[in-house]
Order: sequence, then structure tokens, then C-alpha cells
Amino acid sequence: MPMKIRRSFKDTRGESALFQRRAVVGFLLILLSFGLLVSRFHFLQVTHHDEFATRSTNNSVKPRAIPPARGLIYDRNGVLLADNVPAFRLEVVPDKVPDMQALLTELGKVVPLGQDDLDAFKKQQAQSRRFDSVPLKLHLTEDEIDRFAVNRWRFPGVDVVPYLTRHYPLGPLFAHVVGYVSRIDTDDLDRLDPDEYKGTSHVGRTGLERYYEDVLHGKPGYELDEVNADGRIQQVLKTIPPTPGTNLYLSIDVRMQKAAVAAFEGRPGAAVAIDPRNGQVLAMVSVPSFDPNLFVNGIGRADYTALTTDVDKPLLDRALKGAYPPGSTVKPFLALGGLEYGIRRPEDTVLSTGQFCLPGQTRCYRDDTRGGDGTVNMVRAIEKSTNTYFYRLALDMGIDRLSSWMSRFSFGGKTGIDLTGEADGILPSREWKAKRSKQGWFPGETVIAGIGQGYWAVTPLQLGHAMATLAGHGMPYLPRLVMATRASGDARPQMLANPPSGPSLIQKPSDWNVINEGMRAVITGGTGKGLNDGFPYPIAGKSGTAERFSRTSDAYDTNKNSAHLAARHRAWFEAYTPADDPKIAAAAVLEAGAWGAKDAGPIVRKIFDTWLLMQGSTAPSDTPLPYQSLPAPAGSVSVEDQPVESSSSEGGP
Amino acid sequence: MIDTMTIRLQRFLRRILTRPRIDLPLAMALILLAMVGLVTLYSASDSSLSMVSGQAARFVLGAALLLLISRIPPSVLRNWTPWLYLASTAFLVIVAVLGEGRGANRWLNLGVMRFQPSELLKLTMPMMVAWYLHPRQLPPRWKDIAVVGLLIAVPVALIVKQPDLGTALLVAAAGAFALFLSGMAWWRMGLIVAAVGGMIPVAWHFLHQYQRDRVLTLLNPESDPLGNGWHIIQSQIAVGSGGMYGKGFQQSTQSRLDFLPEHTTDFIFAVFSEEFGLVGVIGLIVLYAFIIGRCLWIAMEARDTYSRLLAGALGMSFFVYVFVNGGMVAGMLPVVGVPMPMVSYGGTSAVSLLVGFGVLMSIHANRKMHE
Repeated sequence: MPMKIRRSFKDTRGESALFQRRAVVGFLLILLSFGLLVSRFHFLQVTHHDEFATRSTNNSVKPRAIPPARGLIYDRNGVLLADNVPAFRLEVVPDKVPDMQALLTELGKVVPLGQDDLDAFKKQQAQSRRFDSVPLKLHLTEDEIDRFAVNRWRFPGVDVVPYLTRHYPLGPLFAHVVGYVSRIDTDDLDRLDPDEYKGTSHVGRTGLERYYEDVLHGKPGYELDEVNADGRIQQVLKTIPPTPGTNLYLSIDVRMQKAAVAAFEGRPGAAVAIDPRNGQVLAMVSVPSFDPNLFVNGIGRADYTALTTDVDKPLLDRALKGAYPPGSTVKPFLALGGLEYGIRRPEDTVLSTGQFCLPGQTRCYRDDTRGGDGTVNMVRAIEKSTNTYFYRLALDMGIDRLSSWMSRFSFGGKTGIDLTGEADGILPSREWKAKRSKQGWFPGETVIAGIGQGYWAVTPLQLGHAMATLAGHGMPYLPRLVMATRASGDARPQMLANPPSGPSLIQKPSDWNVINEGMRAVITGGTGKGLNDGFPYPIAGKSGTAERFSRTSDAYDTNKNSAHLAARHRAWFEAYTPADDPKIAAAAVLEAGAWGAKDAGPIVRKIFDTWLLMQGSTAPSDTPLPYQSLPAPAGSVSVEDQPVESSSSEGGP
Repeated sequence: MIDTMTIRLQRFLRRILTRPRIDLPLAMALILLAMVGLVTLYSASDSSLSMVSGQAARFVLGAALLLLISRIPPSVLRNWTPWLYLASTAFLVIVAVLGEGRGANRWLNLGVMRFQPSELLKLTMPMMVAWYLHPRQLPPRWKDIAVVGLLIAVPVALIVKQPDLGTALLVAAAGAFALFLSGMAWWRMGLIVAAVGGMIPVAWHFLHQYQRDRVLTLLNPESDPLGNGWHIIQSQIAVGSGGMYGKGFQQSTQSRLDFLPEHTTDFIFAVFSEEFGLVGVIGLIVLYAFIIGRCLWIAMEARDTYSRLLAGALGMSFFVYVFVNGGMVAGMLPVVGVPMPMVSYGGTSAVSLLVGFGVLMSIHANRKMHE
């Protein structure tokens, strides 16, 4: 068995000889490779020496990057939301500065330099060539420009350079949707392609500015400059112009956005309106808001402290990131699930006596009406918001089917809107609880999940999206803020396609009619009574009132006469119209309100009113009209009048 | 207690200095190379004494480590090997985890100092492969080859992910050379090379966009005159205009007028070529070839399989530095971050190279006795 013997002994002598052969072969291969390398150098240095020598002596041409102009952002009618305006900044060419530290110290005495300026400058300098001009301080004031001009002779290599900076003409109105750009910082430099961002000082930080950064940025061009021995430009030989970024058109109409903000009257909250036929967002507001222009060229410490310490949190985008208990607003969705799963027929009734008790448990669950609503079928249960009906439905459905159905409306997950940072909210489920608690799922938790209480938390965007999906007969669309783009060179904006993200959630079309009837009844005879008065189309809706505080906590004030009543609840309203052929769906939340229908209902109605106004006044809303000047709608609130500052006095208790 | 330790330390240091266990030809070649490196750096940095003295300080530190490590017998190194390998790979994992979401994150901050764990692998990788193959039946068969392949692949994948293609290449090469020197059958190597070749389209898919751009730019430098294309064009002008005998010391116009980027680090060899011409290039390459040859000679004289494979792999990976950097400067290979050993400024590479040579010196000192 020679194999076995070979395996059990190490043949050291043979190994050594084998190694020597390999080492010699390896060395010969190395010499061969070096020969190849030398022959390449021979090719460059001898065969083509003359050509390269000429190119070397004539080498006086240096490229200089020209940053692209950032794409502009318009509303659906071409009203400018994000603009580029000329400004001046200080730039330094490190190559011409013998002692950078001394220069920065001296320069700081003429033009104040912040630590942020210095950090960003040093990082960018390290990533640039020495003869590249690096921005040091942005958005110089007139005063700074003058003072530098007088002292310019002391600072060779430093120059005041014009550039385009971002401006948001409507200020707070679109601060959360459009977002803002800010100066490229050290983390960005690690992330961004240095070739694409040569000469660029700003990058999208939040909102659409961030989500569509790649589209908005454009492509830098360059010019070839002929320079003398000192590196000074003698003439520009060739210019490859930059490609400006692509312009964006929102599906939001400025007037609707304004009306939605005005409807809040400064009270903290948020609202989202979506076209159920295509997922286009028609309004998306979070109150209060802030002026995004403050952030573009670096916000001052005082301004920043004021914004971050404001109790109403103006920097928080409530529509996207505010998660609140949804209360009864989930009931229409749950009812639809009952029909779709075949757990309920529309005519099935439940007796509501005022309380619902699980067998064998002492703790019971209340109805809102003392004594109950009597015998209710599905339509009536939605109209009256009868808790007992939905307690029982949730129990029959079971938590697994309940959460699986609700997740199809994006509850507990991302809606997929074209913004980053969406909050997930909470969709009650076994899995969700298992991740946070060792205790198992209790039947009582299923019961209260049926009325949107317990673990539930949804964002206004999620509810608006769910309402739009329901209104659109179950056809799901990803919510989209940007409706069209216009690349440089395009004459007209190109509509962005937004096909349905999946098949309809509703299997039986007749199911939809039942829910629609129930939500119509809410407006004609239920909690939303009166909301349709004076509106030409039928509205269908549902209110939701969730407690902000536990009933046992001190913050829950039982004195119904005090101002606390008005601030005790999260007030929700969701609705769509026209009920027979829905074209707009909306959801609104007030962080502190008394009742959903009474407080949040009028906000949704005002959004619908403005939408109606625009149906009559402008061209078909599917086509953007970028060049049309905007007739000022009567009674609209100008941006300066937004009650942003006064919100705290009007809103909370 | 402390006294005896001090005395021992003194004795140890005296031994290092008075009876260094070094290979004289290799040491002389390294000193010559270091001097060439400093002279070139002086010219390429516009006579910056602070850069030259900084580099000299690194050489001194490296030399001290070289002398220290030359006293550690290879058998002791062999015992440490798996732990050193595991520790350096663990550092890579830590960097990968901490560096989440950011760009090129290769540094580990230990509070007092920052270092690149990938630099350690340049040494621990060939050590580990040699350690694994040492007790085994050679030439290796598929099973052992597969294990070695895994030992190489894990850290290399982590380094590629950082992303640091240059270092990944050096680390992978060091491991592969140990396998080659162990006598792995040619037909097996052929199969693996063919398989790796077949993987290239797949690997292309996993490269970062900027890495792809570098390869594409090599094929058509004029397409990217602002970025990598600029490097390649200007570097070739520097090399080509140097001619047979060069423009002379401190006469490199390409570097002096700042047409050549990174002329003290990755592209310093272009400055050298411009100033000293083809004659200088051949001279320097002969010096490098001598050093590699001497390393292989030391390897052949080594006492056991571990020392043989380690010494040989270290010597041959030195070749990769020279070939990749030279090829890049001459526009033959894509722009990857591989320095010209002992000539390029900065980084920890000079120190880690000298530590590697310390291991070689130790292997030399413990060579086979000729009867």
C-alpha cells in the first residue's frame, strides 16, 4: 500500500529539493516580469521619448472643474420651491500658500472663520490636488467681502469667488417635503465620488433634496486652462460645460399646501392628501415648521438652539416620522378584512350593550356610548364606531390574520414614498411583541387592537396612504411627491410612471361598497355629521380619537370644563371624495384635540375645499404647467403670515 | 526584581547591537534602497526636510523592529502564528463593523495610535499558510489547498470590502506564493488560475463603481481627464520625458509644476524615472531583484518547511509591490494603492516591510548547518 506510506511520512529531503526547484522557477518568472516592466519603460523613455518630451515642455494645460447648477424644484404648476441664487464665497488654492496655519489665523482676523469651516476645509484640501481651489467660507456678507477686498494683498492664493447657493422662496411651507441642502461635511466626503463633486460645496441633506440627490446634482464640466510657470491662467483653451441637474416637479399644488397649513391654525399636527388613482401626493404638511434657508450656509448657534428647544419640535416632520395611536381610524380597514377573510357578512349583527367582556375575565372593554349602540350590522358599526363590534371582529379574526391584513396597507412598515427616514410606526403582532417582551400574546391585546388602541402607532403618511389605497378600490400605489422631471435639454417635463405596486387588495368588489356605505354614513349621520355641508361631492370618512394619557395617570384630567379636555386626545380624521369615484384621499392628525371629527375633520374638509377650487380654476391636474404664472387664490395665506411662531400659544394647554 | 529585569534587558539590547544576527548582503541592499528612497523623496517633495526626516524616522523605527524580531527564533514565531493570524483577522472584522456606512474605513483607533489592520495581514498571512502546510504532506492536495484557499479568502474579502484593492492584492499574493513554493502541482495551479479567470466577470460585478472606472480609464485615459485619466497621462509624460539618462536630480518638471498628482506617495516612481531615466529605472529594479533573490536564497537555506515557505513568500510578495506600482506608473496596470517599497512616502508600509525583513533575518540566523 504505497499510498498509505506516502501519507504517513514527511519526505523532508524531497520537500527541500522541491522547494528549491520552485524558488528557482519563481525567481525566473520574477526576472521575466521585471524584464517586461523594463521593456515598458524602454517603450516610454526611449522609443517614444521625443513625443513625451515635447508634451512635457508644452505641458502648461491644467483642467479646472466647473460645478453643475443644481436642478430646481417646482410645484405641479411650476411655482419655484427651490432656487439657485448667486452668492460669494472665500476659496483658497493651497499650492500658493506657503504656511497654511499662519494664513488661516491671519485670515480669521479679517473674516471670522468657524470651526466647521476649518474642519470641512482641511478635509476637502486633503482630497484635492494642491492647485485646486478649495472653498473655505460660504455665503460671505457684504461687510466680509469689503473687509477682505481691502486686505486682499496680504493673502495670495485666497479669493472671493461667485457661486450659486440654494434658496427656498416659500420658506417653512415646504421645509419638511423639499428639505434643504447644506455644506458638504467630512462624512459626506467619504461617501461622495470626489470626481462628481469637484467644486461643489453643497449636498442634499433632508427631504427631496436628499432623496433625489443623484438626479438634482448634475455632472461637472471642466475647462482646460493654459497656465504660466506660476500657475496663473493665461487663457482658456477648451470648455466642456457642466450638465445641470434635473429639475423636479412635485404633484403638490402650492395652494393646497398653504390651505392645509392654514387649517391647523398653528396647532401641532400633520396632514397628508393623496390621489388614490395614481399615488400622487397632493399635500403633505407638518405643523409647526421652520425656515430651511437657515441651514443652507450653516445655521447660527442661537437659531439652532431655538429650533431644537422649542416644545413644539418644528424640526420634526410629523407627517413622515410622527407615530400616533390611530384609534377608530383603523375600523374601516378591519371591517374590510372581515369581509375579505369571509369572517363577516355585511348583514351579520352584534349586540352592543356598553361593555364587552372576555369569557372568564373580570376586566371588560367599553363602548363609547353608555348603554351601547344596540344591534348593529357592519355599516352601522362603522357609522357609530361601535367598539363591541370591532372587539368581537378582532377576536374572531385573531391577531395573526389582523396584522397580516393590516400590513398590506403599509401599517407597521414603510409606504415607500420618495423620502428617506419614514417611521415604521407599530402594527400589533405576535412577532412585534416577541421582540420586545418575554410575555406571550394575550387575547385582550387582540381585542383592543381591533379599535386601534394598545400597541398601535401609525404615521399620518401611513394613514393617508392606507386611506388612498382603500379609496382607490384597493389598488396600491407607492406615494410619490415628484410627479415629473425635466432634465437639461428636455423641452418639457417628463411624467414619471408610477404603476400600481401590486394587485388590488380587494378580491370582491362588493366588499368595497359596504365599507364605502359605512364611511358615507359617518358623514351623513355619524361623528362626521355636517362635514359635507356645502360641498358638491359626497364625502366618506372616519374619525379617530385616541387618548394621549393613560386614564390612571395624573396628566389625564377628568375636569371636563377645563382646557385640558381640548388637549387630552390625539384627534384623527381620514376621508376621501367623491365617494362614488374617489379622486382625493386625506388623513389629518392633531397632536392635542378633543374629538377626531370635531377638531381634525374641518382640516380635511379645508383640504378638500381647496382641491375643489383648483378643479375649477386650472387645467387638468394630471399635466404640470411649468411656465404658467399662478393666479393668487382668494383668501390664501401668504408664507409670511404662517402662524409658526405663535403655534405654542394657540396649540397646547 | 526590577534590577534583574533591567540587567537582562540591557544584556539583550547589547547582544542585538554588538552581535546582530543579520544577513549582511541583504542588510546592505536595504540600506542602499532606503538611501535611494530618501534622495528621491527629497526631490519629489520640493526639498521638504520635514517629510524626509519623517520618513527617515520611520526607517529607524523599522530598523529597530527588524533587529528586535531577528532575535526571535522561527520556532517561536511558528507557535504564535495562529494567534497572530486570528488577532489580525479579528481586527479586520472590528474595522468592518465599526466602519459601517462610511467610505474607505481601514483604520483602527487604539487611542494612542491608529493603524490599518490590513497591514498586519501582509505578514501574518504568509505565516499562517506556512504554519498550516508545515506539518503536512507536501506537495499539498486538494483538501489542504482548499483549507489554505479559505485562510486566504476570508481576510482578503474583508480587505476588498473596505475597500482597499491594493492591500488585498498584496495579502492574497503573499498567501498564494507560500502555496506555490510548497510545490503544489502545476496542473492544479492551472485549474485554479482557470477558475479564477472564469470568476473575473463575477468579481467585476462586485467591484465598487470607482474601481471599475479605474480599470476602464486605463483602457482610455482621455475619457477621464479630471480624475484617474489625469494620473495616467501625467505619469506617462513624466516617465517618457525622462528619456535614457533622465533630466537630472531635482529637475523633474512634471512634479515641480504639480502636473503629477501624488508625486511623493504612489507616483513617486514616476518622479524617479523622470529624473534618472531608463538607466536609473534599470538600476533600481536590479536592486529590487537582488533583494528578492537574496530572500529566496535565505529561504532555500532555511531549516524547516515553515521557515522556507515564509521566507520565500515574503521575498516574492516584495516583487508584487514593485511590479504593481511600476506597472501603474508606466500606465500598464490600473491605479491601485500599492506603494513603491521603501521609496513611497508615508504610511505604515515601510515599517511593516522592515518587520518582514526582520523575520527573514531570524530565519537566516537559524538556517541549516552545512556539514
